[in-house]
Amino acid sequence: MFTLGDLVQPENLEIAYQILSDKRNNTILGGCAFLKMGSKRIGTAIDLSNLNLRYIHETDGFIEIGGMTTLREIETHTLLKEYFNGVLPKSVREIIGVQFRNTVTVGASVFAKYGFSDLITALLVLDTDVELYKGGRMPLAAFLKKPKEKDILVRLWIKMDNCKATYLNLRNSASDYSVLNVAVSKLDDQWTIVVGSRPRRADIASNASAALSKGNLSNTDIEGAAQKAAEELSFGTNMRGTADYRKALCKVLVKRAIMEVKVCR
Amino acid sequence: MQIILTINNKLVTWDVEKDEMLADTLRSHGLLSVKKACETSCCGLCTVWVEDKSVLSCNILSVRVHGKKVTTIEGVPKEAEEFARVLTAEGSEQCGFCSPGFIMNVLAMKHELVNPSEEEIIHYLTGNLCRCTGYMGQLRAVKTFLGGALV
Repeated sequence: MFTLGDLVQPENLEIAYQILSDKRNNTILGGCAFLKMGSKRIGTAIDLSNLNLRYIHETDGFIEIGGMTTLREIETHTLLKEYFNGVLPKSVREIIGVQFRNTVTVGASVFAKYGFSDLITALLVLDTDVELYKGGRMPLAAFLKKPKEKDILVRLWIKMDNCKATYLNLRNSASDYSVLNVAVSKLDDQWTIVVGSRPRRADIASNASAALSKGNLSNTDIEGAAQKAAEELSFGTNMRGTADYRKALCKVLVKRAIMEVKVCR
Repeated sequence: MQIILTINNKLVTWDVEKDEMLADTLRSHGLLSVKKACETSCCGLCTVWVEDKSVLSCNILSVRVHGKKVTTIEGVPKEAEEFARVLTAEGSEQCGFCSPGFIMNVLAMKHELVNPSEEEIIHYLTGNLCRCTGYMGQLRAVKTFLGGALV
């Protein structure tokens, strides 16, 4: 369990960021679920609950998702169920239970760049931007590659294009972390393959995605792309599975995901 | 810190520590149905409702429920008893330690889902790990309670 020296609930982002920058151990609170698992000594905890960052709505061709939106809201929101074949609700629905998803937040899941994140994997196959208070707006893929620095994730922007997508994973038991998760999308003829929980954080299999986009989607092409994804990405070992097991899984899940997206309407 | 909340339809003002979790606050005020077991936010024992939504009270800082409505099983005795009777009739009533959290989530599901399928029921209750008297008996009880959900 973490400890707090002080807790503040600022009325605007400027003050929140100021307090965050004041001291090294000042910390933004998300849903607190992962934070609770550690023993961090937090100086001043900053609760963003009063900043109206809990929303999902449509703005000028984008779906805007506020940083304090819960994963359960992602799971049940009509707009997200309708768009991209419901890939975002699908990615979060197996995370622990309803009670857990009612408290954990999108902002913390994405900002913390958790390796085990199911949501990041699905967001990466869509045209997703991250908006940070200080760092501004940037593509999610660029954000994930940036070194960690103090900032506040204000909202996500997802372009409402005609992307077809799916998300698959393998868990050793229901509600556990994914041993491996995979998302695949197709926008016109452009395919994107993402593999996460490797157990490192989700990454795009660029070569496999490019090869698939050039081919004619025959079974050989699909198997080739799945093989390429397993070869170009790195996998590690932890208590849930070995690197070799994950590599073998990657091939199977990527193939299945491509075949699913191929028939998506 | 001082918080004002509605607990089981009663407006109260409580003093809480900054890093105090709701489960501990509730227990310290005599709401002993709320229990903690896993310490990893996954067992579902500490389930209560905040603004009528099921949440893990072991995972919410008490200061965050300031101005909100919190409900524990003590606040819904009639509905809880009704479901408990169905559970007992199916022989799946458990020892009682985990039941309050499980029952609160079943009641939340009843309020939230309309005619849920068996798959939806199982999915909604995944976050309640202890089913020592058996999943099938409990599933039968939940279906009976919901009024003949589809098999």
